[in-house]
Amino acid sequence: MKNTAVKLLMKATYLLLLISIIRLITGANELTSVGTASAALLLSVPIVLAGLGGLFSERAGVINIGLEGMMIMGAWAGGFIGAQHGPWLGLFAAIIFGAVGALVHAIATITFGVDHVVSGVAITIIAAGLVRYLSTILYQGGSWPGPSQSPDVIGISQNGLPVLSGGNFFGWKSPDILTPIADKQWFFISDVVGVIRGVTGDLSYVTMIAILIVPLTYLILWKTSFGLRLRSAGEAPTAAESLGVNVYAMKYAGVLISGGLAGLGGGFLAIVASNHYQENQVAGRGYIGLAALIFGNYRPGGVLAGAALFGFADALQLRDSESIHALILLIVAILAFLVYRDIRRGKLLSAAIGAVIAGSALWFFFAVDELPGQLVTMTPYIATLLVMSLASQRLRMPAADGMPYRRGGLR
Amino acid sequence: MSLAVELRHISKRFPGVVANKDVSMKVETGTVHALVGENGAGKSTVMKILYGMQRPDSGEILVNGQPINFKNPNDAIEAGIGMVHQHFMLADNFTVLENIILGAEPTNGLTIDFKSARKKVVEMSKAYGLDVDPDILVEELGVGARQRVEILKVLFRGARILIFDEPTAVLVPQEVDALFFALEGLRAQGMSIIFISHKLDEVLRVADAVTVVRAGSTVAEVNSKDVTARQLAELMVGSELPQPNTYGDTRRPEVSLALKDVSISTATGSRDLISHISFDLHAGEVVGIAGVEGNGQAELVEAIMGLRDYTGSIYFQGEAIDQLSVADRHDLGLGLIPEDRQRQGLMMAWPLWENRILGHQRGKPVMRGFILDKKATVADTRRIMQEFDVRAPGPMTAAAALSGGNQQKFIVGREMSKAPALLVASHPTRGVDVGAQGAIWDLLRQARTRGMAIVLISADLEELIGMSDRLLVMLRGSITAELDPAKTTPEQLGSAMTGAA
Amino acid sequence: MNKFSASRISVPKIALAVAAPLAAAIVSILVSSIAVLATNKSPLDAYKTMWDFGTEGGSLMEMLNTATPYYIAAIAIAVTFRAGLFNIGVEGQLRLGALFSAYIGAMFTLPPVLHVLAVFIVAMTIGGLWASIAAYLKVRRGVNEVISTIMLNSLAVGLTSYLFSQHFAVITEGSNNLSTKELPTSAWFPDLVPLLTKLGVPEIPGGSVNGMLIVAILLGITFWFVVNRTRFGFELRASGANPIAARVSGVNSKRMIVVALVISGAIAGLAGLPAVLGETHSYNMGFRSGIGFTAIAVALLGRNTAVGMAVSALLFGFLEVSSRALELIDIAPETYVIMQGSILLSSVIAYEVVRRYKLVLQSKALAKAVAA
Repeated sequence: MKNTAVKLLMKATYLLLLISIIRLITGANELTSVGTASAALLLSVPIVLAGLGGLFSERAGVINIGLEGMMIMGAWAGGFIGAQHGPWLGLFAAIIFGAVGALVHAIATITFGVDHVVSGVAITIIAAGLVRYLSTILYQGGSWPGPSQSPDVIGISQNGLPVLSGGNFFGWKSPDILTPIADKQWFFISDVVGVIRGVTGDLSYVTMIAILIVPLTYLILWKTSFGLRLRSAGEAPTAAESLGVNVYAMKYAGVLISGGLAGLGGGFLAIVASNHYQENQVAGRGYIGLAALIFGNYRPGGVLAGAALFGFADALQLRDSESIHALILLIVAILAFLVYRDIRRGKLLSAAIGAVIAGSALWFFFAVDELPGQLVTMTPYIATLLVMSLASQRLRMPAADGMPYRRGGLR
Repeated sequence: MSLAVELRHISKRFPGVVANKDVSMKVETGTVHALVGENGAGKSTVMKILYGMQRPDSGEILVNGQPINFKNPNDAIEAGIGMVHQHFMLADNFTVLENIILGAEPTNGLTIDFKSARKKVVEMSKAYGLDVDPDILVEELGVGARQRVEILKVLFRGARILIFDEPTAVLVPQEVDALFFALEGLRAQGMSIIFISHKLDEVLRVADAVTVVRAGSTVAEVNSKDVTARQLAELMVGSELPQPNTYGDTRRPEVSLALKDVSISTATGSRDLISHISFDLHAGEVVGIAGVEGNGQAELVEAIMGLRDYTGSIYFQGEAIDQLSVADRHDLGLGLIPEDRQRQGLMMAWPLWENRILGHQRGKPVMRGFILDKKATVADTRRIMQEFDVRAPGPMTAAAALSGGNQQKFIVGREMSKAPALLVASHPTRGVDVGAQGAIWDLLRQARTRGMAIVLISADLEELIGMSDRLLVMLRGSITAELDPAKTTPEQLGSAMTGAA
Repeated sequence: MNKFSASRISVPKIALAVAAPLAAAIVSILVSSIAVLATNKSPLDAYKTMWDFGTEGGSLMEMLNTATPYYIAAIAIAVTFRAGLFNIGVEGQLRLGALFSAYIGAMFTLPPVLHVLAVFIVAMTIGGLWASIAAYLKVRRGVNEVISTIMLNSLAVGLTSYLFSQHFAVITEGSNNLSTKELPTSAWFPDLVPLLTKLGVPEIPGGSVNGMLIVAILLGITFWFVVNRTRFGFELRASGANPIAARVSGVNSKRMIVVALVISGAIAGLAGLPAVLGETHSYNMGFRSGIGFTAIAVALLGRNTAVGMAVSALLFGFLEVSSRALELIDIAPETYVIMQGSILLSSVIAYEVVRRYKLVLQSKALAKAVAA
């Protein structure tokens, strides 16, 4: 664990250095500003939650494509119930609704042996329709904007790291040392400080809880009996059964937890990231969470890293489209590195295709000054595709992931 | 003398199959008791019942004199019974330690107490001579080491009655010796051992008493000193066992297959999976490839069939085929009986007639132009079923419904249908009942006489020695020895396979 | 010696064939009734209203029109499902296909049949190209096609929106409606009503049947034939049933993945054309969204067979059209979503249960025969 943490830190540092250079070249100061980092953290939370949800499910051997649907259910519950009964109850309801969606998936795949992907896709389609139906039923006019949007939810209070980031410490508002440093725009130092200030200040309590779930996941899955047995259900279910592990129960647990986490992610979107439920709010983040899971090689730390990446792309797209333009340069740099690596490995066709894409991206950077709005919103999806293309090769999926399981080893 | 385990008239049916009709067994405490019978006789099922993985339809089980009713393996484990499976039940991505403690984790409050677990495992492994490194991933272990982990698994849970299911099926003679030595040690500690096998020489070597099962029922309970292997064999089968012998020299002058310097390396290029393999194979000749599993045999098959890229050259009937695809090689006259029939040779959910097409979808009788000729295919499937004695209701039966032996006979029939000049037979009688085994040996013998060149890969040393005209031993990807089967004993072959010779 | 005859068609076999859809229908009716009851309305009233409205001539025509794009898109999806792949991005492929074919189709004029064919080719090329991105990513980079097609989907929606509003659209005179230049009449797909009237079908005022229905039917027949009766179809199904055994038997798995995805994308491109060629004769803001996702449900419900998907498409179309009448009795029309969803889920489960039962029956038959 320590080794991978160090490696991750090194990679993050390199990446930050690269971004600093780009910032200097393009003058897109928003790339590493406090505001961007803060937004990146905020937007990475639903992705992390979805990704961790995927982790629990797939470690137990059940592919969960229905994460998107469970997030939708969670977002809807968070919005509607949160509007009536306050944010905390809204989040709780979001978890429950997500878990209910997961229960359906679990019954279909574990008890009845339906193909995991088919069930997941079906659940997502059904969830989208279900919440639309429920919204229509509950819509009462009046102050409600419309059936595709819930009334507003009161927010959850925030806090930050004391002294450094201006956090509240038992009622005393401490100074905010980091923000001025970040504003100075010094090369690399301000970038690092900006990022740190962004992720440690003005944090909603829910965000803190969500981030804490990452190490908690590691503890549960790798250091407890429950976790070992759950993982065995995904690695070698017949072996686990022969040792008396209740494989069905473990799979159900994994899927239900995954639904709860996805639901929480959806609720977070409705309550913390914004302040109401909106149709199409989830916008594919369940799938991006899955991508983060794959990118993170099915480990909690990796999921966090992946989510941070996607959150960053998401934040830039929402806050400042100028920076997206600068990001193109980053993409060119990464592609150039890939082309170099492909050439060294003798994969000339891939290198050629990569070079063509890098070249056209570079041309695009110079040819276009500002990206139109519709294209900017595509950033997270392009980011996901790019990341998936780089990361999918060296995977370590749980050995029995996606395979139907029946007691006694029967088919 | 007390009885550790007593089974009285156990019966068990599955949908469509009677696994156990009337099985009885008496195992005395502190002895090694063998349960023998041919493949499909019901041995594994009755042991699964004893271990709580299945419930019997009728009959009684007594452990240490007490009647018991196991609902799941946990109950059996608590009663002191431990099972060492034939197909190892290990999680490759877990460490040895994690595999051993799974389901019986010692805890320290909420978390697992890895420290005390590790200590106990190390102690046990020293006490019984079962040497393993607890923190290594299981996927890095060889077969012998994995079996040791399986044994430690049951000992960790305090088993006093150990069931071994075909433990020597994957071991070479030297590893068998090591295992039997460990069994002696366990017996000396007062443990009772049930030993399932169909290898009668080994059984007589190590067991005190033997129970013979045939077609789901017990047919004999004897002391090992009172019987010979031959008598046991006849009790098992009810008649003489088929022999894997070939007769006469049917080797022809034409070279059907020639490999020159064929190598395959891993994706990162770090090591060779097979390295500079060269040999010639004549028409009418059987070359047997011997080797411990994982030494490159599977990769050799893939190279010959074109399933994997390789360096070097392969010649079929004098022409280089390196640039040809898998499909082209099939069409040219290379046939394959794959190692894992369910994964590599059949579509289990499809009917037999559609399985007939598999591998042959590019020509007659299956195709008329680019259209599938269903009528002709169904008729031909019927022919195969008749000629090769495939027992099933008809060509519309799903492949999954057939027994392993019948599935294998079907595959052999399918491959023989286009009379390939070269047949690669990878473990052709693995997991197949004695009747089917004899039938397949007959088919291979006849094909050999007609001039087919056969590459035979097998872990059954008697099959290899009996059926081959020449033996090549593969170790770590290279051919390390060439032996004359007429002059080689299984022990010598085993030594060569492990590099001890 | 083999004394067994091929199994005959017996009562149990037919019963098995309808068992799953029947069970699914029952469960679905139950669930939908509960949903309606929960709003204090009568399910029986709802069903009666839907039936009465839905079986009127005009509604039936609407049902066909609604079902046509679903069917075409479902076939596109089924091609990949049968190969063990999941092309979830059909929505994006059909949108891009529709947009480009409307834009490019309006740039020139050709004699009628040729013009329509040209538009077809444009749509199929665009759809196929978009899907080939996912194919490339899967084959060369190991990217799971479920995620890549979904991402490409979102990208396609954004791209379509951008290209349409910034480049391809023109403002039609006299309205605020944005749309591509209208297609010349040589590219209009004819209404089938005149043909039907000739065949004796009573004429309904204002009713029209989209001519692409014929294309859909032809596509369905071709799909059935290719998948079940050609070598390519066999290899496609083999790749889906057991990719390892398929490879061993000589199927080039990488090529199969690419071909399946590209064909799927090409067919998907056609699914947007009923609207473009037969109804609006352009691509405009009102282009229906979500066809691609409903088509996934249609494919699953229809078990990826030509006939099954046809029935499902018609069913879904019927539910959508007939539920419009629910507003009249103060029930939310969105109820049809609950019906579609519950049918989908219960049928997917029912199919699996029946499949397992069939295997059990076969084993029993085998044992009886062997023991005889």
